Amino acid sequence: MLRNLAAALIGLVFGAGIAISGMANPAKVLNFFDVFGTWDPSLLLVMGSALTVTFIGYRFVLRRPTPMFDGRFHLPAKRDLDLPLIGGSILFGIGWGIAGFCPGGAIPALGSGEPSPLIFVAAMIGGILLANGLRAVSARRQSLA
Amino acid sequence: MITTFTPIEALLGGSMIGIAAVALMATHGRVAGMTGILTGAIMPNGDWGWRVAFLLGAVAAPVAILLLTGGSLPLQADLPAWAIMLGGLLVGIGVTFGGGCTSGHGVCGMARLSVRSVVATLTFMLTTFATVFVVRHILGGF
Repeated sequence: MLRNLAAALIGLVFGAGIAISGMANPAKVLNFFDVFGTWDPSLLLVMGSALTVTFIGYRFVLRRPTPMFDGRFHLPAKRDLDLPLIGGSILFGIGWGIAGFCPGGAIPALGSGEPSPLIFVAAMIGGILLANGLRAVSARRQSLA
Repeated sequence: MITTFTPIEALLGGSMIGIAAVALMATHGRVAGMTGILTGAIMPNGDWGWRVAFLLGAVAAPVAILLLTGGSLPLQADLPAWAIMLGGLLVGIGVTFGGGCTSGHGVCGMARLSVRSVVATLTFMLTTFATVFVVRHILGGF
């Protein structure tokens, strides 16, 4: 109960940060990437400050034996720079450049009540389910071979 | 479409995103990556309560801001619906294979100095830059 309440509060702070910083607004995101047009450098400061706070905070947090509500820290163990990482990131970049929403921006944007984040998130969930289905099929094929 | 540079809001909002990322690691031992949290919530594999709670909190944030300030959340997405859908589909497929997005790789992974996250972030930022250039300056927009 307390664990889920904490997650909801943290989600609230995350979503408020996205909304206040303007990252729930596709026009602002796309203008950051439009250096030869209507450039708006705001995203640079958003990522810079988020990264700085996280970098410093993680130094202290990850030194503790365990997190407050879990037996261990769940950190990605993968190290290799493989094709899915690069190819997936390229597809994500194309989609982000077309629509101006990334997952972290689109979910809080749902709270605006506007139709565009709803359309985006529905299509994104379709993409996530499709890709996970494809991955499961190829994993099964590899294990049979 | 012109948007104005908002340094104060960018630094304040970005710091809040960072505080949320640190808090989620301190309490749940989890990376605050929207891709992973969302995927775990729509494809439940046990332990999904906190993910749904986090997502509900994130969606509630703009609602709370609107109620508190009485203002409106600026959200300019005057793109045709097919472009928003195409973008969403590509983002969903891309973040699944790429293992993360702006929050997971760009903030949490880079803060851990993960080489995979640095490479992923550089790759999608450069691709987004190129895509926006092609759409706006070669195709002339949608």
